[in-house]
Amino acid sequence: MERKTRIEIAKPGLDGHDRGAKYIARALKDAGYEVIYTGIRQTPESIVATAIQEDVDFVGLSLLSGAHNELFPRVVELLKAEGADDIIVFGGGVIPEEDVESLTKKGIQAIFRPGTPISAVIDFIESKKKTTAA
Amino acid sequence: MELVKGITAGNIRSIARAVSIIENNMEGKEELLDELHPHTGNAVVWGITGPPGAGKSTLADKLIQKERDRGKKVAVIAVDPSSPFTGGSLLGDRLRMQTHATDPGVFIRSMASRGHLGGISTAAFDAVKIFDAAGYDTIMVETIGVGQTEVEIIELSDIVMLVLVPGMGDEIQAMKAGVMEIGDIFVINKSDREGAERLKAEVEYVLMISEKPEESPQKTICMTSARDNTGIEELYEILQSKYKEDLESGFLTEKRKRRLTKELSNLFYIKTREFLEEQLSVQAQMDSWIEGIYKKEIKPYKFISEKMKELTKEYVKG
Ligand code: B12
Ligand SMILES: Nc1nc2c(ncn2[C@@H]2O[C@H](COP(=O)(O)OP(=O)(O)OP(=O)(O)O)[C@@H](O)[C@H]2O)c(=O)[nH]1
Ligand SMILES: [Mg+2]
Repeated sequence: MERKTRIEIAKPGLDGHDRGAKYIARALKDAGYEVIYTGIRQTPESIVATAIQEDVDFVGLSLLSGAHNELFPRVVELLKAEGADDIIVFGGGVIPEEDVESLTKKGIQAIFRPGTPISAVIDFIESKKKTTAA
Repeated sequence: MELVKGITAGNIRSIARAVSIIENNMEGKEELLDELHPHTGNAVVWGITGPPGAGKSTLADKLIQKERDRGKKVAVIAVDPSSPFTGGSLLGDRLRMQTHATDPGVFIRSMASRGHLGGISTAAFDAVKIFDAAGYDTIMVETIGVGQTEVEIIELSDIVMLVLVPGMGDEIQAMKAGVMEIGDIFVINKSDREGAERLKAEVEYVLMISEKPEESPQKTICMTSARDNTGIEELYEILQSKYKEDLESGFLTEKRKRRLTKELSNLFYIKTREFLEEQLSVQAQMDSWIEGIYKKEIKPYKFISEKMKELTKEYVKG
């Protein structure tokens, strides 16, 4: 049996804009993935603890408040500290073009800005997901 | 097995991996469960069922806190439905319990029902064993709350809470006696809302007309508001005393043996079926058999008994 791909969608920090995150969570469900949505006001610590307990393949972060430069890399660091850096981190939201490169360098593997079609997100997941029953 | 050592030592990553192995029916599953078997039997399993939106997850969140206040380790298995069309699932139960996310004494795992194929029944049954072996004192299982799962939750749990909410009086009437078999404890949640007392009276009435006291221990009704955190202490007390009662009366042992019986017969059924289908090359020949039956060239019962004869001959020969 093929391993089902599991994705955590999370909003770190105090940002309350949750429309985008909910939209992405629902769209990924419709694309056939198992999506764990943890709601707003999560800390990088709770996001990482959840990722590990839920044994997800991906963590998708959503931020519109501008705190992405601190909070996104923090999630990557904590995953690494837990020995869980095989979990792929990506993100989206209101993120200036000029921040994308430095975020990518810090281990956030893709950033999806407003207006990106959901198909781009699915293509990304399909290209990165574990194909073998590990 | 390295994984077994990790699980019994309570390693979070090992436990999480193990649940994925059983959930995806991956290689090593059977050996894993066999190795864990000696380490099981210490946890108490609470089932939480009831209609969608009744407040099951919110209630679980509050009960986790009660257990944590007493130093107990808690695991929650929260099941949500899979889409029958895409196979996808939005697992939202956890959202209500996220305050416990970083508590090392709490492990929450969301599970998609995955239709009938993966079988929520087997996956949840087996996940309970993993958490049991990992040393969690209490394991709560939240169901999707419709249809088949309600029967399964009785088999899986030591104690079942059926969560009901005001505004569903008619449904209680419709469920009549059927509903009584589901819950050991009837939780009337959202008692902050109008109609809670009426619902309580309704449940009491249905209980009164269908209870057979000589067959099963007394059922209890409890009013809560998970949102306002009221009635939770009472519910918790009931859970404790019910457990003690069932343990002392031997009812719990009996229940757990029934569970094992069910599981073993289920395994027998699955394995024999797999064996038979292979022996008779069912998959390869099904289309041609159906063609014959459709065209009235084959009589179904005669056909089956010939097949069975063929099989027993094989078996006796060798
Ligand atoms: C609607 C809205 C609100 C609503 C939010 C309702 C809700 N529950 O979400 C309300 C009115 C409550 C609100 C309040 C505020 N808002 Co406002 N809000 C917006 C607005 C107009 C649209 C956001 C939205 O819902 N878009 C629709 C969704 C679907 O798009 P999206 O979230 O961008 O998601 C898409 C992509 O970004 C991406 N994506 C997003 N997340 C993820 C995650 C993953 C994993 C992936 C793959 C992709 C992905 O995919 C989605 C689909 O394409 C934006 C402006 C804008 N145009 O973005 C401002 C905006 C975000 N708000 C802003 C601000 C400042 C605020 C307030 C602080 C006060 C204020 N000035 O109004 C408060 C703070 C609220 C809080 N608690 O945090 C600023 C943020 C500034 C910044 N980043 O520096 C913005 C950018 C407006 C602006 N230009 O000033 N807001
Ligand atoms: N008024 C009131 N609302 C409540 C109470 N308990 C839960 N809720 C709300 O009811 C809604 C559903 O709660 P959940 O805990 O998600 O219910 P659930 O039974 O787990 O739902 P599903 O898992 O989707 O079937 C949420 O908005 C809760 O805040 C309560 O005691 N009173
Ligand atoms: Mg729930």
